[in-house]
Amino acid sequence: MSATETPPAAAAPIQRAFTGRVTQGHVLRSEWTKLWSLRSTRWSLLFAVVAMAGLGVLIAAVSMGRWSHLSPHDRATFDSIDRSLGGYHLAQLAIGVLGVLVISGEYSTGMIRSSLMAVPRRLPVLWAKIAVFASVTFVLMLASAFVAFFGAQAILTEHHVNVTLGHPHALRTLVGTVLFMTVTGILCVALGTIIRSTAGAIATFAGLLFVLPGIVDILPSEIGESINPYLPSSAGGAIAKAIPDAHTLSPWGGFALYCGYTIVLLAIAAYMLVRRDA
Amino acid sequence: MIDVRGVSKRYGEKVAVDDLTFSVMPGIVTGFLGPNGAGKSTTMRLILGLDAPSSGTVRVNGCAYRDFEAPLHEVGAMLEAHAIHTGRSAYNHLLALAQTHGIPRSRVEEVIELVGLRDVARKRVGSFSLGMGQRLGVAAALLGDPATVILDEPANGLDPEGIHWIRNLLKGLAAEGRTVFLSSHLMSEMAQTADHLIVIGRGRLIADTSVQEFVRRASSETNVRVRSPQASELRDVLVRSDVEVQSIEPGLLELSGLTGEQIGEIALKARIVISELTPLQASLEEAFMSLTGESVEYRASAGEENETSENVGAAA
Repeated sequence: MSATETPPAAAAPIQRAFTGRVTQGHVLRSEWTKLWSLRSTRWSLLFAVVAMAGLGVLIAAVSMGRWSHLSPHDRATFDSIDRSLGGYHLAQLAIGVLGVLVISGEYSTGMIRSSLMAVPRRLPVLWAKIAVFASVTFVLMLASAFVAFFGAQAILTEHHVNVTLGHPHALRTLVGTVLFMTVTGILCVALGTIIRSTAGAIATFAGLLFVLPGIVDILPSEIGESINPYLPSSAGGAIAKAIPDAHTLSPWGGFALYCGYTIVLLAIAAYMLVRRDA
Repeated sequence: MIDVRGVSKRYGEKVAVDDLTFSVMPGIVTGFLGPNGAGKSTTMRLILGLDAPSSGTVRVNGCAYRDFEAPLHEVGAMLEAHAIHTGRSAYNHLLALAQTHGIPRSRVEEVIELVGLRDVARKRVGSFSLGMGQRLGVAAALLGDPATVILDEPANGLDPEGIHWIRNLLKGLAAEGRTVFLSSHLMSEMAQTADHLIVIGRGRLIADTSVQEFVRRASSETNVRVRSPQASELRDVLVRSDVEVQSIEPGLLELSGLTGEQIGEIALKARIVISELTPLQASLEEAFMSLTGESVEYRASAGEENETSENVGAAA
């Protein structure tokens, strides 16, 4: 373009009272605002907290009420740690759905185009969503897990089956349960990014974690037993059990595999986010 | 300045944009015109780095959109399909966008004030009317005080007062030396706002011209209305010349290809009485329709097309 074509006004650069630029830190703040400014977030997280903190306590109370009806075998194998943290099965559903919504909600409303126009390199958006959502999940679920643990143990004193945090598996199971849920949340953000449709991503999440184990269960047992430990739900769930099942991977080994699955999905999600048309 | 060079975009088999080349200059309002489905929105998405072109390059101020350090300062855009999460308030929507660049909250309040949404800024966007959503889109586009403003169908859903407002806003932005690029499928709206026009049809460039030139070209295709008690005789005489004649009602003809003076002379020679002779200026809308219509249908069968209208004229 020659100078003569340019109207005089265009020669002077625009003077702004403010200047900014895209940094990972700025995008993190933006995603923090986005997460908390939606009702669906607040309801899902409230549901997860109530489920995580409350269900274990409820189970403990019911168990104590029916203690005299339990068989001697049940009493002998009563696992006070798992009972207190059992709320995670329900809380995880809310965390997974919210993980999907964090990104699929942007695709369904068109918000993703605004997000990617502001951050055209795109990946900072994905990392920021994961960082914000994973830390919120971890902090809230850790606090809820402690409430559940101490609340349940206080009730379990009635028949002296309570344990303390000093119990060999107690702290590992508690933190492990929270880590399992947090990584599930990240996995669901990856699924939402890959699949983009809320319904499709939630169905995939439910299929992977809740339906797949049922299908493997009905396979001939020698096949089923060889596959089962490597399923996402079994691998990830190993760390959330005080006493590992006979056929599962070790708590940290299983968790490492679950993290591996998540990283693979995350890599696919990152690749697709950058390469696909928004 | 926006520079589109040889850009094509295919979605599977469908060619949405076909070897498009044009530039959008700063300091003026440039209209992007074409019928629905012509590829306007696709072109805008290509400029904004949302879609990648199948071939060709797009530069804004000499830079590919994805390489901008601070894209909101370079380009502010509003897309036709609202890119807004309906569950969020207008304020939080703008705040989240501002935070990606570290733009202060005071600027968020400034643009809310500018587009007149202060009273509803804390309400969820889902409850907004079309016009309010449109204003929020404009607020988001102006958030970074950008050097280039791209708006897809900004007048959609605005009331007359709103249309007047956005027209003045856009002219003001251009006067400040910014590049202003807006799309519309309504020629009349463009004629009052834009200085320059990029017209596309079926993904191809049809015209890259100033509005004045476009208007001049439009008015040269003059139609003439002739009222005569001997209309059918006049029609027979005129059809022999290379003229397109239409009978509007008994005693009233419309024709194109001749000036009023020429018609007067022909009528005099044939001793036909004329009671009215009125030149009709094609409206801009009609000029636009014929321009884009040609690109769609007439190119392949221009000869047949002439024949048909003559036959129609003679038969009527």
